[in-house]
Amino acid sequence: MKFKRSHSAGLVALAAGLFAASAAYAEPTINKGDNAWMLSATVLVLLMTIPGLALFYGGLVRTKNMLSVLMQVFYTVCIVIILWAVYGYSLAFTGGSDFFGGFSKAFLSGVTPDSKASTFSVDANISELVYVCFQMTFAAITPALIVGAFAERMKFSAVALFIPLWATLVYFPIAHMVWYWAGPDAISDAVKAIAAAGSDAAAKAAAEAKLAEVSADAGWVYKKGAIDFAGGTVVHINAGIAGLVGALIIGKRIGYGKDLMAPHSLTMSMIGASLLWVGWFGFNAGSNLEATGGAALAMTNSFVATAAAALSWMFAEWMTKGHPSVLGAISGAVAGLVAVTPAAGYAGPMGAIVLGLVVGVVCLFFVTVVKNAMGYDDSLDVFGVHCIGGIIGAIGTGILVNPVLGGTGIMDYTTGKIAEYEFGAQLVSQIWGVCTTLVWSGVGSAIIYKIVDVVVGLRVNVEAEREGLDITEHTERAYNM
Amino acid sequence: MKIVMAIIKPFKLEEVRDALTAIGVHGLTVTEVKGYGRQKGHTEIYRGAEYAVSFLPKIKIEVAVATDQVPKTIEAITSAAKTGQIGDGKIFVINLDHAIRIRTGEADAAAL
Repeated sequence: MKFKRSHSAGLVALAAGLFAASAAYAEPTINKGDNAWMLSATVLVLLMTIPGLALFYGGLVRTKNMLSVLMQVFYTVCIVIILWAVYGYSLAFTGGSDFFGGFSKAFLSGVTPDSKASTFSVDANISELVYVCFQMTFAAITPALIVGAFAERMKFSAVALFIPLWATLVYFPIAHMVWYWAGPDAISDAVKAIAAAGSDAAAKAAAEAKLAEVSADAGWVYKKGAIDFAGGTVVHINAGIAGLVGALIIGKRIGYGKDLMAPHSLTMSMIGASLLWVGWFGFNAGSNLEATGGAALAMTNSFVATAAAALSWMFAEWMTKGHPSVLGAISGAVAGLVAVTPAAGYAGPMGAIVLGLVVGVVCLFFVTVVKNAMGYDDSLDVFGVHCIGGIIGAIGTGILVNPVLGGTGIMDYTTGKIAEYEFGAQLVSQIWGVCTTLVWSGVGSAIIYKIVDVVVGLRVNVEAEREGLDITEHTERAYNM
Repeated sequence: MKIVMAIIKPFKLEEVRDALTAIGVHGLTVTEVKGYGRQKGHTEIYRGAEYAVSFLPKIKIEVAVATDQVPKTIEAITSAAKTGQIGDGKIFVINLDHAIRIRTGEADAAAL
């Protein structure tokens, strides 16, 4: 999601002249091309989670826990879809405080086939319902990512309770903080009103107050100036830190570090990772909200950063461990997708390649050296890939958006121009985004895990864990062969 | 009568079967097994997790033969299954008290 830099009086005055000629405000129209692209992008994001993520994760666990992972991911998608329609969309994407939206669109009230949602261009809207569904798929995949951290030992009843609580108390607020803003039409209308006021001091003051109000109608992280194109903070850092906290609270699997816990099917994981990559074009290029060159840039970056990260992980593993592994290559690809997520519409393709090369090696280091040194059992490396990859992406975005490095720069909607890039200021903004997410999700998740532990208990008993969750929790086996 | 039980490398199964057929052995039971001997195991690496896998996949074959057939059977298996590398496997010969063909009720030598 793109960002508009907070305006300054001087720039507004400049803009006033630009807009003076068109005092009549056009009613924004829905562009059929944009709408068609967003309908497609939405189902691509669903494909990421089911079956993409489910198979990627499922292949990495032991045969006896395959179905439990598939079920946890599938359940997460279904429950979050319902929550999103009932109150999630409203909490995330209506005005309210800096941290939460309101309930004005609860039960999707007032959202009809005629409702419009802003994109990143003035007067180019899409159907609000398609925006509801697009953002719904983001809300669904994020908690599903966490499942990998506590895989093979969490009770299903605990997952069933944890997911709706986490979506409500962590995801919806973070999505609001990072992505909610009044939109380009509101800013542009306010700027035009200032121009139209001309020399009428009272009207001008009122119009300026209106612009200030519209600019203030945004989330906490957004107003800090942090840019996150498709969810590096909202999705990946958010889920990654929640996963680490979960792995620490629930404890290690029985036999961790001793028993053979090899992935039961890297074939499934390879299929899943590849579906993730395909679906991720909906995620990243779809986050452009319009079928423009911006979407094409996000698509390009999602190709090259992913390939670069897969190669860098593979070659780094080859050099340090002596063999290139399939699991390494697909893990690198996922790490590359994570890192390019916030940067997709901001970095240039060469910047994205550099980002991918860096993230492949750093994530490999985290899931091997750091994880083993710290001794936590993050079963499927949600922290090492998503949180670390997300942080590298978030910081990297602040650097690579620089037009000097081939980036797009950041649009200032009060002037209608690309704002001047300031390295230090942008880096500070990005760090605000990262830290807010780490603290909110880290603390919030810890509280939710503790609540769930008290209410239903987090962990299955020892016998059930040895027997496997498929039989003990779901009375099914993945493979009857 | 004896049971000749051999643990062999999986990829040698077809050659062993052909060798046994050539000397007139017309029945064979095969099981996929895991185990270790002097070959020991190998290491598997999944991201940061390294496992020493000590049990390697092998094929166990069992043939029931008349006692005077045992040397020929051993010779056939040995020549077919041998690569000269560590891990070629082992042959065990076990006494067999009784054998019955279920369909006809034939017993012992007639049942083999």
